[in-house]
Amino acid sequence: MNIVKLLSVLFVALLFSVKVQASLEIVITGGVDSGRPIAIVPFTFKGATLPNQRLDEIVAADLMRSGKFSPLTSIKMPQRPQNAAQVDFAAWAKEGVEAIVVGQITEVGIDRYSVSFELIDILKGSSGANRQALNAGRIVSSGDFILDSRETTINGSQFRQYAHRISDIVYEKLTGERGAFLTKIAYVLVNRKLEFSHQLVVADYDGANEQVLLRSKEPLMSPSWSPDGTKLAYVTFEKRQSQIYIQDIYTGRRSMLSSTPGINGAPVWSPDGKKMAMVLSKDGNTEIYTMDVNSKALTRLTNHRAIDTEPSWSPDGKELLFSSERGGNPQLYSVNLLTGATKRLTFEGEMNLAGSYTPDGNSVVMVNRIRGQYNIAKMDRKTHFLQVLTKTTLDESPSVAPNGSMIIYSTMHGSMQVLALVSMDGRFKARLPAVEGQVKSPAWSPFL
Amino acid sequence: MKLNKVLKGLLIALPVLALAACSSTSSTDQSDSDMAGQGNTVQVETVSQGMSPAEQMRQKLETLRQENTIYFDFDKATVRSEFIETLQAHGAFLTANPSVRITVEGHSDERGTPEYNIALGERRAQAVVQYLQNLGVTSGQISTVSYGEEKPVDMSRSEAGFAKNRRAVLVY
Repeated sequence: MNIVKLLSVLFVALLFSVKVQASLEIVITGGVDSGRPIAIVPFTFKGATLPNQRLDEIVAADLMRSGKFSPLTSIKMPQRPQNAAQVDFAAWAKEGVEAIVVGQITEVGIDRYSVSFELIDILKGSSGANRQALNAGRIVSSGDFILDSRETTINGSQFRQYAHRISDIVYEKLTGERGAFLTKIAYVLVNRKLEFSHQLVVADYDGANEQVLLRSKEPLMSPSWSPDGTKLAYVTFEKRQSQIYIQDIYTGRRSMLSSTPGINGAPVWSPDGKKMAMVLSKDGNTEIYTMDVNSKALTRLTNHRAIDTEPSWSPDGKELLFSSERGGNPQLYSVNLLTGATKRLTFEGEMNLAGSYTPDGNSVVMVNRIRGQYNIAKMDRKTHFLQVLTKTTLDESPSVAPNGSMIIYSTMHGSMQVLALVSMDGRFKARLPAVEGQVKSPAWSPFL
Repeated sequence: MKLNKVLKGLLIALPVLALAACSSTSSTDQSDSDMAGQGNTVQVETVSQGMSPAEQMRQKLETLRQENTIYFDFDKATVRSEFIETLQAHGAFLTANPSVRITVEGHSDERGTPEYNIALGERRAQAVVQYLQNLGVTSGQISTVSYGEEKPVDMSRSEAGFAKNRRAVLVY
């Protein structure tokens, strides 16, 4: 028997395209009626085999989750038009609806469907109709109130994907900013009943289409997306020490990036993909470094006996945010990568941790502790105004959608660690409950 | 709890086996006090050098493995005085056996962020390492790993549970 317990726990299974049953399902926890009123009319279907996914439901759920829209339930809809010509503008305007989506699905072959949809501006349409009534003989151009219309052919397995595409189009037309409904999330699922208790999972942003990328008997932490969305960096304890690995999510190829004595943690890709910010303790204290991904050359950025951790890049790549205990309790600081100038950003609350910039660089999202409560908060960079966005318990690991519209984070629901969504204005909240296991460390992908 | 009983059983059983191997006397350690209490009709002798050095070491190790966890206060990495005795026992063993290597695992409770807790767990592990090095244990004998909040022993997320999870564990 060995005196030093060297357990050979290197059973890490790489599993690809393994579809697990959807264990995430969104439960709306607040803010349903706060968004702009719109309607996604159920698409009419022509054909023999009804597809098992409802496009309109997926689109409505997407738009509601953004916090910006409040889709009308189908019972409240005054009519079920299938194209723009059938729309009774006055009836929709009476319901206070700003815009509607109508569409048709036609079965055109075995597992082939033609999908067409139109996004109709009710306000413009109803005022146009009035004008038409006033100026008899002058026909309003049909493109005027049709904000977008498309037609495409998909197969049965592409329904969810195409629904998210419709959501992206509708969202962009109505808000002027890019939709993030075709993005993904990576997270860690912990189920201690399983032999491979820790799993690195990638799913659609709404939790559907989960795919396990890695199973391990030892903890996995801190997934971070490469800016091109093809790779994940993460921390693994498979060799009974922390190590940073990079894994290609499509080929499964893994490569070890850092394995120094002590901590190898919190990897975060730079916006240009060339560098990786990380936390190492090889020089004694927990410090922030950047590593050139190709040459593996390290640059040390902090030098303080207090804890420095949780690096996060500014969108322009010129600055890193980090958490430091140097002021007594953990607060957020920024360091300019050119000058090395470091300044403290947060002063409100007992602690501020896990900071990251919003994609526009104007705000910082973080975990804020006030009176022992850990919640997700947002701070304006210029005014330093801090807004606590959540009321859930033990919130951690906030990750911002690439369009800055939503934040995904992990929180407690009863005794379970689950993922939750909150819109950037804090008005819309939803929970993604897991059927079994603890879900943690969510990371929102870039635009894919 | 059950494991502890097994280990205690081993502690008793190992010297017994050692004695049997030396074939010196058929009496056992357990019965010493019973016998002594009955009067002076017999005198029981013990064989104190009955174990080989390897067996002695193994016995000590078993004892140390039972007392291998140091608990910490919330957000702190200072070794509390009640654990000094434990660390001294480990320190004495490790200095006497310089070929033995250990890993000190640092852990935290589930409050705060995972990354901060990794740093906190590392600090706790380092505090134990520092203490052992002050006792003369060489740095080559000790490695550290911080699991932060990733390996809780108590999942209740109660104050009592949090207290059990804020720990450093000496693993031989």
